[in-house]
Amino acid sequence: MVTYIQADTVKAVQDTISQAAAKGGNTDSGWILHHILDANYLDFEPFGKIPLPQIHLFGLDLSITRHVVFMWLALVLLVVIFASVAKSYKKSLVPKGFSNLMELLVVFVRDEIIRPTIGKGYEKFLPYLLTVFFFILIGNFIGLIPYSATFPSNISVTATLAAISFFVIQAGGIRKNGLFGYFKGLVPHGVPFWLLPVMFIVEILGLLTKPFALAIRLFANMTAGHIVILALLGLIFILKTPFVAPVSIAFALFIYLLEILVALIQAYIFTMLSSLFIGMAVHQEH
Amino acid sequence: MLAMFNLAFIALIEAEEHKGGLLDVNPGLIFWTVITFLILLFILKKVAWKPIIGALDERENFIKDSMQRAEAAKNEAERLLEENKANLARAEEDAQKVIAQGREFAEKLKAQILSESKTEAQKMIENASAEIKRKNVEAFESLKAEVAMIAVQAAEKILRENLDKEKQNNLVNKFIDELPKN
Repeated sequence: MVTYIQADTVKAVQDTISQAAAKGGNTDSGWILHHILDANYLDFEPFGKIPLPQIHLFGLDLSITRHVVFMWLALVLLVVIFASVAKSYKKSLVPKGFSNLMELLVVFVRDEIIRPTIGKGYEKFLPYLLTVFFFILIGNFIGLIPYSATFPSNISVTATLAAISFFVIQAGGIRKNGLFGYFKGLVPHGVPFWLLPVMFIVEILGLLTKPFALAIRLFANMTAGHIVILALLGLIFILKTPFVAPVSIAFALFIYLLEILVALIQAYIFTMLSSLFIGMAVHQEH
Repeated sequence: MLAMFNLAFIALIEAEEHKGGLLDVNPGLIFWTVITFLILLFILKKVAWKPIIGALDERENFIKDSMQRAEAAKNEAERLLEENKANLARAEEDAQKVIAQGREFAEKLKAQILSESKTEAQKMIENASAEIKRKNVEAFESLKAEVAMIAVQAAEKILRENLDKEKQNNLVNKFIDELPKN
């Protein structure tokens, strides 16, 4: 078998895989991805699975997947939470208890993230940025609950959120500076005339890399933590000894607590960078 | 070792191929994410952000106003305090002046009354001594008359009893000697 791999051809490798799979080899790391990837069922092992409806429309797979379900759960939770918070302000301007905690977050996002990065005229972007902050935050927190799934660790979700950010950034810039003014403002002042076409292309690329980085950052951070937790727990089964369990569990617990922090930080970073880019697009004078 | 590593890596790829990889983009999920996010944005904007931000702004304005009012009230109070202090100082000064004036006046009055009463007393003493002198003279005059009268009566008596000239002379002399000198 070893000589087979060292031939180092694609064919050989593929054969090895199929052989290993046929043997039921324990090199299969699929179980980690199984916990992270999207699926067409809700997994309640060892109690069983709940299948989710599969919808195919116009040649598209619009199935309600696991991540869609938890996204909707996040939607319902956010609406219920913030409707009750908003209602508590009708009774008195001074919030109590849970409303106070939510107010702390709202005020933090507004005064520490949005106001300093966008500056004048930040009010227009407040609803979008607050929504994206709390959507990612609650998605990350839901992902920490056993039997749930983390939808912000799905590249499709983060890419979509980043794309929405991209549209908001461009729309904000164009609305403030006009279509022509906005694209003219992209190129910094004092660039030699003959360099303008190149600079224009570079700046357009710069615009696209921003949401790309947003998407990859959120996806990678939220995926990595879960993989590390699962890998640490997987050590017990790979090494096939219960004696490693205390160490594994201690480390996994540490990573889990770290994940709580990461959940907050990633929501903060996504919102902060979106806000920063909006600020840069709206106030172009460098 | 290398072989093991390769095996694990390929297994990962293989597994992804079967179940959909980490980096696979699922159009259905994109669709649902857009729908969900826009619905969430719409609902939260209506239900939550508007009233919450409104309430926050209202409260911030209220606090700002209150602080401004408090500042104004504090300044007003300080101004009044200064004014009161000044008034008090002025009143104190006035009172001191009034007291000083009163004292001066009383002093003057006292001196005047004293000098007046002194002259009055002087005059009274003079009057009294003049009166005493006058009364003394008067009493002396009346006493003299009385004595003369008594002397005449005594002479008359003696004359009647014994008209001895020498005896009479002695008697009269003796009588005069016995009289008080003044």
